[in-house]
Amino acid sequence: MPGITREEVAHLARLARLELKDEELDHFAGQLDDIIGAVARVSEVADQDVPPTSHPLPLTNVMRADEVRPSLTPEQALSGAPAQEQQRFKVPQILGED
Amino acid sequence: MTVTEHVSLVPYEDALATYDPVMGLEVHVELGTRTKMFCGCSTELGADPNSQTCPTCLGMPGALPVVNAIGVESAVKIGLALNCEIAEWCRFARKNYFYPDMPKNFQTSQYDEPIAFNGYLDVQLEDGEVFRVEIERAHMEEDTGKSLHVGGATGRIHGASHSLLDYNRAGIPLIEIVTKPIEGAGARAPEVAKAYVAELRELIKALDVSEARMEQGQMRCDVNLSLRPHGREKFGTRSETKNVNSLRSVERAARYEIQRHAAVLDGGGTIIQETRHFHEEDGSTTSGRVKEEAEDYRYFPEPDLVPIAPPREWVEELRGGLPELPRLRRKRLREEWGVSEHDMQSMLNAGAVDLITATIEAGAPADQARKWWMGELARSANETSTDLAALPITPAQVARVAELVTAGELNDKLARQVLEGVLAGEGDPDTVVEKRGLKVVSDEGALGTAVDEAIAANPAIADKIRAGKIAAAGALVGAVMKATRGQADAARVRELILERLGAEG
Repeated sequence: MPGITREEVAHLARLARLELKDEELDHFAGQLDDIIGAVARVSEVADQDVPPTSHPLPLTNVMRADEVRPSLTPEQALSGAPAQEQQRFKVPQILGED
Repeated sequence: MTVTEHVSLVPYEDALATYDPVMGLEVHVELGTRTKMFCGCSTELGADPNSQTCPTCLGMPGALPVVNAIGVESAVKIGLALNCEIAEWCRFARKNYFYPDMPKNFQTSQYDEPIAFNGYLDVQLEDGEVFRVEIERAHMEEDTGKSLHVGGATGRIHGASHSLLDYNRAGIPLIEIVTKPIEGAGARAPEVAKAYVAELRELIKALDVSEARMEQGQMRCDVNLSLRPHGREKFGTRSETKNVNSLRSVERAARYEIQRHAAVLDGGGTIIQETRHFHEEDGSTTSGRVKEEAEDYRYFPEPDLVPIAPPREWVEELRGGLPELPRLRRKRLREEWGVSEHDMQSMLNAGAVDLITATIEAGAPADQARKWWMGELARSANETSTDLAALPITPAQVARVAELVTAGELNDKLARQVLEGVLAGEGDPDTVVEKRGLKVVSDEGALGTAVDEAIAANPAIADKIRAGKIAAAGALVGAVMKATRGQADAARVRELILERLGAEG
């Protein structure tokens, strides 16, 4: 079973703009490896007669008419935000972008 | 402050002598649906921040998306108009990334199963040559929210202390249209890029699926470009210049990148695969971020949406309802209006074709409709950096001005003032004529008096004309026009002067 390498964890951390220490990389690599291993057991059960699926129901073309429905008010929309400013969601500094 | 990179550029011709450019163009079109792609929130522009959001487009737990039927229909229409195959079955996919412009932390898009693929669009260059651009795919996705970067000097992310998000735009339907690598255009690559985007814009408008206004971001282009030495088959490393938002900029960005790549390669350097920002002011590009690989987005099929399987009969029905293709329509109009290929191309680039057509339909002669839209109005649009279509004047109003000119009630100079008045919000043409008192002086008595006065005030010139120097009449015509504040019919004034002085025109 292919495991999650330390390098892969470092790469993911870079994408997420997370700074991880060496010991954390080892720690998370181990944990992620366990999780992936547990989920991978599904592929042992799925044989060739079980096609991969993304949805449990055999449905297609479920669509809605292009009709406007009421939105939330800005107050409602922002009510769960940890921080807001100028009626907008306030987020911390964005890193690694220009 | 713009981050200035000190790059030397290779002269364009030199770059092309050594290298062969390969381009890829990715165009995002915001659809003109009333609601978002996966929820019923309004897509109306200009609303208060975060007033058009709901649990679905805010990515709240448990909220389920449902596809907008018109979004799918528009995608199929675009695919068909681009001569694509339409997928019999396709799915949406999650594109995962760490950036706050999507509250879900992913963008719902399509990955390896686009709704339309393998097409082409024939585009016409300024000299009439037709270049075929192959289309890789057109897929459905959603727009992102708008960010404000606060605390820095310039509103850029760099230097900002925090950012503010408005999610009104998050979830508005987008169609992304991706070309196959465009090869063989050589030195004309930038021109092909511009012509392709112009043609695509016309096509989208003809399909009536979006207004495709580039200045409003309803249509945005990414220009991917790489160079390879002549004779080599393998592509070089590409750069991706993002969000190039006017036809002219598309051409400039491609040209700049050709010169920049050539400079790097000539100097023995390597091109880094990265995104770049285009700068309108000087036509340059600067480094953005190192491009993430497709696998970094960890695409997987969207489990909250069921697959789309456009029924064949429906696809054929949509195919049957496609409008006349813009290029063929322009050919027809060109013959009807009796204009050159070059003039037609200028009208296309100015976004004037539909406006002129509508003006003619409202009763104006073709030459006048063309003259006003491409003259006075195009100048005004340029000065205010707006699209012609966004000017506060309608084809019917322009047609009315043309009618007044044809009837001899306005001359060209007065007509320009009327247009100016309409643009300034003074009312429709008749109101402006009335308010500003703009009428050709056709009262022969008043005109006669003005002519007599001009002759009396300029005896030396009058004598010359009497002696047969007809050319001198211009000075007297000028004097009369000045006296009547430009409101006289210059041809009639000339006639009167010659008559009075017994000279033959």
